[in-house]
Amino acid sequence: MRNKNGGKDFCMFALPGMFCFFAVVIIPFIYGVYLTLTDWNGVAKVKNFVGFENFGGVMKDSQFWTSLLLTFKYVIFVVIIVNVLAFAIAYLLTRGMKGQNFFRAGFFTPNLIGGIVLGYIWQFVFSRVFVSIGESTGWKLFEVSWLSDPTNAFVALVVVSVWQLSGYMILIYVAGFMGLSEDVMEAASIDGASGWVKLKSIIMPLMMSSVTICLFLTLSRAFMVYDVNLSLTAGAPYGTTEMAAMHVYEKAFTSRQFGVGQAEALILFIIVAVISGVQVYMTKKQEVEA
Amino acid sequence: MNQTVVGGTKRKVANALAMAGLIIIFIAYMFPFLMVVINSLKQKRDIIKSPFSWLYTIKGLSFDNFIKAFTQMDFLNAFKNSLIVTVSATVLVTLLAAMLAYYIVRHNNGISKLTFALMVASMIIPFQAIMIPLVSIYGGTLNILNHRLTLIFMHTGFSMAMSVFMFHGFIKGNVPIALEEAAYIDGCTHSQTFFKIVLPLLKPIISTMVILNSLAFWNDFLLPSLVLTDKELLTLPLSTYSFYGTYSADYGTIMAGLLLCVIPILVLYVILQKQIIGGVVAGAVK
Repeated sequence: MRNKNGGKDFCMFALPGMFCFFAVVIIPFIYGVYLTLTDWNGVAKVKNFVGFENFGGVMKDSQFWTSLLLTFKYVIFVVIIVNVLAFAIAYLLTRGMKGQNFFRAGFFTPNLIGGIVLGYIWQFVFSRVFVSIGESTGWKLFEVSWLSDPTNAFVALVVVSVWQLSGYMILIYVAGFMGLSEDVMEAASIDGASGWVKLKSIIMPLMMSSVTICLFLTLSRAFMVYDVNLSLTAGAPYGTTEMAAMHVYEKAFTSRQFGVGQAEALILFIIVAVISGVQVYMTKKQEVEA
Repeated sequence: MNQTVVGGTKRKVANALAMAGLIIIFIAYMFPFLMVVINSLKQKRDIIKSPFSWLYTIKGLSFDNFIKAFTQMDFLNAFKNSLIVTVSATVLVTLLAAMLAYYIVRHNNGISKLTFALMVASMIIPFQAIMIPLVSIYGGTLNILNHRLTLIFMHTGFSMAMSVFMFHGFIKGNVPIALEEAAYIDGCTHSQTFFKIVLPLLKPIISTMVILNSLAFWNDFLLPSLVLTDKELLTLPLSTYSFYGTYSADYGTIMAGLLLCVIPILVLYVILQKQIIGGVVAGAVK
């Protein structure tokens, strides 16, 4: 583009997109920081300036810290299981066997469907199908619905999330395995590297860029889990499976404490940003070129 | 010689084991979907008696559940709403993001740099950190919630940063400036150059972004649930949610309803499988 008519170009090409972005992301974000300093209840016309009182409210909101702790536990389980499982499946898929595309497409299916529908499907599986297995086989494990017990409901949530997220990670890991150079693998075999040594010293370092992406994606998604949480357990039994994102929603839109809710949302954002920042920095350092 | 043969059988056994393991995991993955399909055709009594069996039913199999779910969910209306929102927002964000990215690549000025930096930084902000002020501004101050246009506008805004980022990378690497200069010499205006020369070159990245964005818009729940409350305007995930709340004990109807939601995407997936998988991989690896 030449610089003549620079203003007209700007209005036509840049302005509409910038307007949408600023109106929906930047302005609400800044306004959100301001909201944490007010006592707005969602309805009132007046917002009183209360300083850092809301952050004090966050400190006192023990339910928030419980849900945050639970979210951490959940994230650790989900991130580890998803990545180990997806890595292993992708490894099996790229050994040159038949039907690779079919399997890959099948594993990816849950990603095409919204979390609400997925959660409901699994609610049926946990509360009816598994219970029916328990009744007919007498297995203690399935006798009562997992969703009625706090620990088992948490496990159920992890199972569904792993099922939902791993298909996506399988795609990325498969792409990573396909990018491994045949020459390097062959050279390693000729040098007498066993399967385990090959995996540890050659495949893993070369796969680190896929690992960086997958860890980042699973981390940020797991921290912000909401849809599946809502439809699978809705926090039940007795709010014991309420994750942080759900708590923020409840605080703001059910308890009508918008200031405290927004303060908690910002704290959550900072935690996620710091953790994923550290993760990307650490795993990027491990990346090597073939 | 002997050793290679032994190695060969060993490898064969290993491959067979791997295949068997894979098939078992795969069946476990598909199990929930299978349960939905089987039970969507059965009546409640049979479902409670045995969720597995397709054969020994008292009341037999029928499509009654589907007819009931179809009318109770107001399926056609919800489908139409989802379609309007998804298509409009996808077209809008693709076009605006391509234009903005093109401007940023070709104009290396302060506004470009600042906007691009803000966009990259904003990609780590989760939706939950914005939703409360968003409702406060658009619901309280402007009072324009409960309109499809508002939702389309918000979808567009939220996916702008990621889309611009992707287009920016593609234009920088794949659109030679010499081509545009030639177009100017031939007397093209800026917009002619963009729409006739640049846009057709962006086809690969456009198809990636259309797939990623439309999937996200179609399945989104949280944002539409904050914007739309009017029953007439509900999108599919929203109407599934309210439908489930009313009929949660009526398993057969619920299964049929869930299946109705899944079928349109699965049909599209079977047809466009290669493009969808390719698009998702391209989107993630960038």
